[in-house]
Amino acid sequence: MSDTDVSVRDSIRRLRRRLDDALVGGLDPKVWENISSMRAGQNEYGYDPFGFEPEFLKYIYPVAERLYRNYFRVETFNIDHIPDDGPVLLVSNHTGQLPIDGFLIGCALLFDRQPARMVRSMVEHWVATIPFVSWFMARAGQVVGTRQNCRILLGRGGCILVFPEGTRGVNKTFDRAYELAPFGYGFMRLALENNTPIVPVGVVGGEEQMPTIWNFESLGRLLGIPAFPITPTWPLLGPLGALPLPVKYRIHFGEPMHFEGASDDEDRVIGEKVDQVKAAIHKLVQSGLRERKGVFF
Amino acid sequence: MSRSNRRTKQRVLITGIAGNLGRAVARRLHRRFEIVGIDRRPVRDMPKDIEIENVDLRRRRAEDVFRREHLDAVVHLNIMHDPRTQQKEHHAFNIVGTQKLVELAAEHRVPKVVVLSSANVYGPDPTNNQFLNEDAPLMGGQNFMAIRDLIALDMFCNTFFWRHPEIETVILRPANIVGRVNNAPSRYLRLDRPITVMGFDPMIQIIHVEDVVSAIECALTPGVRGVYNIAGPSPVPLSTLIKMMGKTRLPVPEPLARTMLNAAWSLKMSDWPVPELDHIKYVCMVDDALARQELGFQHAYEIDRILSDLAAPPASY
Repeated sequence: MSDTDVSVRDSIRRLRRRLDDALVGGLDPKVWENISSMRAGQNEYGYDPFGFEPEFLKYIYPVAERLYRNYFRVETFNIDHIPDDGPVLLVSNHTGQLPIDGFLIGCALLFDRQPARMVRSMVEHWVATIPFVSWFMARAGQVVGTRQNCRILLGRGGCILVFPEGTRGVNKTFDRAYELAPFGYGFMRLALENNTPIVPVGVVGGEEQMPTIWNFESLGRLLGIPAFPITPTWPLLGPLGALPLPVKYRIHFGEPMHFEGASDDEDRVIGEKVDQVKAAIHKLVQSGLRERKGVFF
Repeated sequence: MSRSNRRTKQRVLITGIAGNLGRAVARRLHRRFEIVGIDRRPVRDMPKDIEIENVDLRRRRAEDVFRREHLDAVVHLNIMHDPRTQQKEHHAFNIVGTQKLVELAAEHRVPKVVVLSSANVYGPDPTNNQFLNEDAPLMGGQNFMAIRDLIALDMFCNTFFWRHPEIETVILRPANIVGRVNNAPSRYLRLDRPITVMGFDPMIQIIHVEDVVSAIECALTPGVRGVYNIAGPSPVPLSTLIKMMGKTRLPVPEPLARTMLNAAWSLKMSDWPVPELDHIKYVCMVDDALARQELGFQHAYEIDRILSDLAAPPASY
């Protein structure tokens, strides 16, 4: 190793340390205190078994907070319906082409809740195959969505966000805005198995961020992505057109629901329970839509 | 040693005793058990009270060991992991050797057979559970040919387990063994600047050689049988491991890393088969709850100790 090599590396390290200090210095101490005192089950090296590093949040926090407070101006309702500890499943509607709703729900629980709770969401397998994204997602607490992973997280008392609509919900065209796509049943089986309360979440505002006229499915398939939405601005205005509009998000949390029964019941029986959750989310979304004064304000 | 004392000790056969792991097992067990060893390689630095048969397991002379000694257990470590050996020879050595061994064990009614497989039989994959349990499919061979004989061997021993319920078969699948052994993870961590795939930093489980020996010791307990994953301390990201060793990693974009490795492999400049890149890209971690519960296995070495032993092996070796 040559001397220049060492000096370059030293200066990089110094720069990183300064950046670190600047980041932590720039954070709102009260909010950061709230986040960093969070128990996330990390080991002595600062990682939980899934690669989540609470320290890592300080790199995301500055950007996330601006998006949360200034761009999407998120408003939360009844956030104290989420228990302070113990396992809980947040079940939400999924809207808006880009999964920003998941990100904002995560932010809400970190920024607007005392004490903060870390939301773990289940991501698609292909996320783990994308360079940098896989690393970033793991450090930020996102977990590849397998049933076993969810089971482990619930066993550790985690707060897990589920979108039972999956990509069916995100990729809706605008004429079907705020309709709920068919729900998957997996979350209910897990909830029954672990006796986990379910908190229904209704997100209002997301559908208007990228009003989609048409889903160019075959091109999406060709590119290996779940959908290729066509909006009034995308791809007409190029990359700029893909930016979500600055809509106002309103996140409504419902009362925790408890279910009892066998987790390996027939789909018919599970389906009835899923429908109750679906109805609760539908109610939250509809009342949210009625109450809101505007899309952007 | 007096004759009466001799009978009270159980006899354990260790195949592949000349290897680093074989030696570690022999050294730990030779006070509690009477050890017989088989290996085709020359044996060095072994305690004096160990009988060694210098023969290939597939040869007829190996049968004599079973006839002569009334064995109480067999620990099968005679498994080759050298990617440079010809595939055919590699396969034959591992599979035929194992088949011979279990056949002899069945014939001579050895009550216990312990086989050391590996957690790599599950294979790294983006769709993996974070912690794989023993029921997970053995997918290691989907991209990496060289591991196929280990998978076949593991399956073979599973079949044996069902065919011979009177024999207690234990198959151990430990996570990456790191320490004074000459396997891929240890060689990787010994590099001056370990190469990583840019943008990937999977969680990694490592385990100390001595902890693997402890697991084998646990597996020799009468009454224990089945397949068990073995893992050491809680996992950390690959980058943390490298940092803890005081090294700097060398991140390389994946296509470039593949081309480089491929060229280096063909030119015999490296001993890294290209598909091994997946191991530093995706997770392949195991859930060892079963071993901790049923075998009573506990790890004694934490990560810093494993890494410091890798850098400077203690004098007692």
